[in-house]
Amino acid sequence: MDLNFTSEEREFQNEVRSFLSGNLPEYIAAAVRANHGLTKDMMDKWHTILNKRGWLATVWPKEFGGPGWSPVQKYIFEEECCRAYAPRIVPFGTNMLGPVLQKFGSRAQRDEYLPRILSGEDWWCQGYSEPGAGSDLASLKTRAVLEGDEYVVNGQKTWTTLGQHANKIFCLVRTSTEGKPQEGISFLLVDLNTLGIEMRPIRLIEGGYEVNEVFFTNVRVPAKNLVGQENKGWTIAKYLLSHERTGIAGVGFSMQALEEVKAISAMIKRGAKRLIDDPLFAARLALIEIDLEAMKITNLRMLFRAQEQGAPGPETSILKIKGSVINQELKDLARRALGPLASPFPGHVNDGNLLFGPPDTAFNAACYFNNRKTSIFGGSNEIQRNILVKTILEL
Amino acid sequence: MDFHLTEDRRMLSDTLNRYLGDQYGLEHRNSVAYEAPYYDSVKWQELAELGVFAALATEKDGGFGGAGGDISVVFEALGKALVCEPVLPVLMASRLLSAAGKDQSGLLDGSIKYGFALSEPDAPYDISDITTSADAFHKVTGRKSAVYGAHLADRILVAARREGQINLYEVMKTDAEIISYGMIDGGGAGEVLLDKSSADLILQNAAAAVKDAMNAGVVALCSEAIGAMETAYEMTVDYLKQRKQFGRTIGSFQVLQHRAVDMLTEIEQARSITIKAAAELGGPDASRFAAMAKNMIGRAGRQIAEEAIQLHGGIAMTWEYGVSHYAKRIIMIDHQLGDTDYHLARIMSDLSASQVDKGSV
Repeated sequence: MDLNFTSEEREFQNEVRSFLSGNLPEYIAAAVRANHGLTKDMMDKWHTILNKRGWLATVWPKEFGGPGWSPVQKYIFEEECCRAYAPRIVPFGTNMLGPVLQKFGSRAQRDEYLPRILSGEDWWCQGYSEPGAGSDLASLKTRAVLEGDEYVVNGQKTWTTLGQHANKIFCLVRTSTEGKPQEGISFLLVDLNTLGIEMRPIRLIEGGYEVNEVFFTNVRVPAKNLVGQENKGWTIAKYLLSHERTGIAGVGFSMQALEEVKAISAMIKRGAKRLIDDPLFAARLALIEIDLEAMKITNLRMLFRAQEQGAPGPETSILKIKGSVINQELKDLARRALGPLASPFPGHVNDGNLLFGPPDTAFNAACYFNNRKTSIFGGSNEIQRNILVKTILEL
Repeated sequence: MDFHLTEDRRMLSDTLNRYLGDQYGLEHRNSVAYEAPYYDSVKWQELAELGVFAALATEKDGGFGGAGGDISVVFEALGKALVCEPVLPVLMASRLLSAAGKDQSGLLDGSIKYGFALSEPDAPYDISDITTSADAFHKVTGRKSAVYGAHLADRILVAARREGQINLYEVMKTDAEIISYGMIDGGGAGEVLLDKSSADLILQNAAAAVKDAMNAGVVALCSEAIGAMETAYEMTVDYLKQRKQFGRTIGSFQVLQHRAVDMLTEIEQARSITIKAAAELGGPDASRFAAMAKNMIGRAGRQIAEEAIQLHGGIAMTWEYGVSHYAKRIIMIDHQLGDTDYHLARIMSDLSASQVDKGSV
């Protein structure tokens, strides 16, 4: 048992640190620090900087242009990025579609799409959920009917994150209604510039726009855009979701959020007393700090297991459940710490600074509301429990 | 980074678990745990011969372990089998005797039993609250409460105050009045009454040594809790697969499934923080991480014990069914060496100290 990083890993950590301090633009870090929404330009800029260094597609193996990192290196990289307030990499091309094409895609598909993911030429988004298929994803109804060498797609996708910036979408579509619902699903790549596609923004609880609905009306998609075999898309979907779950603990983000709450509650006063010295508040914060400290080790234990077994196991659902709740608790404390200062609607504030509050806190309440999503997306925490029931408890 | 047990520890773990699995069934345990003298002298000697005590001491002190990881391996196995013999005082006495530079061969071969008298009625957890005092002639006066293993102890190590600082004294059992009793979760303890009792001063200014012994004790208790919690959890999941109501196994009900999963999640988290506390033992942050671990064990323990009972239903309320005994031990661990709130307060004061005053916003 040894919880310390090896000397190589520490060296790598230093390398990441010095890269970030030399290359992460301050205006981008400032936007992340303030919980400000990032502009497309900011995301593109960071994407390009990482790609230039070869650190963009961290989950890709070397042969496809990834850095060939171990799970521990990936963890270090993510943690350091959070510490430096670097933006989260937009995951749809690099972390989701990339691995799918590498495992299931044809030679031609890999050659065409992988370089364009790295270069940023293609911005992918995800067409999974539908109005009638959320947690029960396999009940999806968007139809794709083969006519000659084209699929004709009709239906509706939803919760498409950052679709407003994307030019491509990967979709789960129904190509058969025979057998079990899982058996008639296919994985299709669609160009968003095709006739018959309409994207409409969904305004979220805190007022922001990050997700969309996508409508498909007689959209004609070349049959060569099918990934893997027809009606075998469910396997691909699950593979992609298992990749989505790695790093889902969000330990780095929560560590950063913890430091923010500490700093805020040391500045906020209740009478002559600092909020951080108020026993009720301090107790809540200390409990989360302990939970997070345990989470760090749980995360490392599971990374270690993934490294040994070559793939993350179902235990990653534990990371999702605990990680999301810890993050939400921290956002809750960040909101409550501000008291009445949390009240202004951030849509009416230009930057992260409130008129009277501590710096970078204008979005704290908005962030709390927005982060209710973390226990819902990527398979809700209840679905994660179902996975654990089936795979570990075997009930 | 490496989460594997070392080869030596894996062997120790296998040997101990095999021995306890074969020789220490719950029926035997319960026949011993609740009747004076609340322990089995044969088992005690066998534990010593297996090297369980030596695993808790460093080579310098005549053992072959003594690190956080060794302590964890031993106590997790003890927790799994619900061992009621007082091994915790062996560990704590070993740390204290080591700090005092005293021979501990009798402790490690099982021939001399020690108790560590720390708690008092008005000072359950914090050494700064201790009022038991010693005079210039090493006569010790005070009342020590719930001293684990005092019912068996040949010698009692006593933390007592002398001129404002905490010293460590060794008192022969014949020089103290010891009122023995069995505990609600099995095993025995005693009230140790000292009235100008003769003692040997074995360590002056012992606060750091006592703190280290307490940190080691916390790692031990947390590991014991992990062993007991995992067993209670496994029994619960098994029962969910067996028990039928409404014509189906109760494990097919989602409300019970999710609660069982939450038990698993809490145990994983509790194990993680215990690993961390064990790794930090002996280092500068040992007290902080011991506090974190004991707090989380207290919280998780209560959830696991109560849920194990609730998910079973009435059967777990019986003396006959094993889960009840695991639940008692898991819960009562919170009463040893600082409870959930006591350790939370430590983390709270760390929080306060971590932020310099920045004035008003």
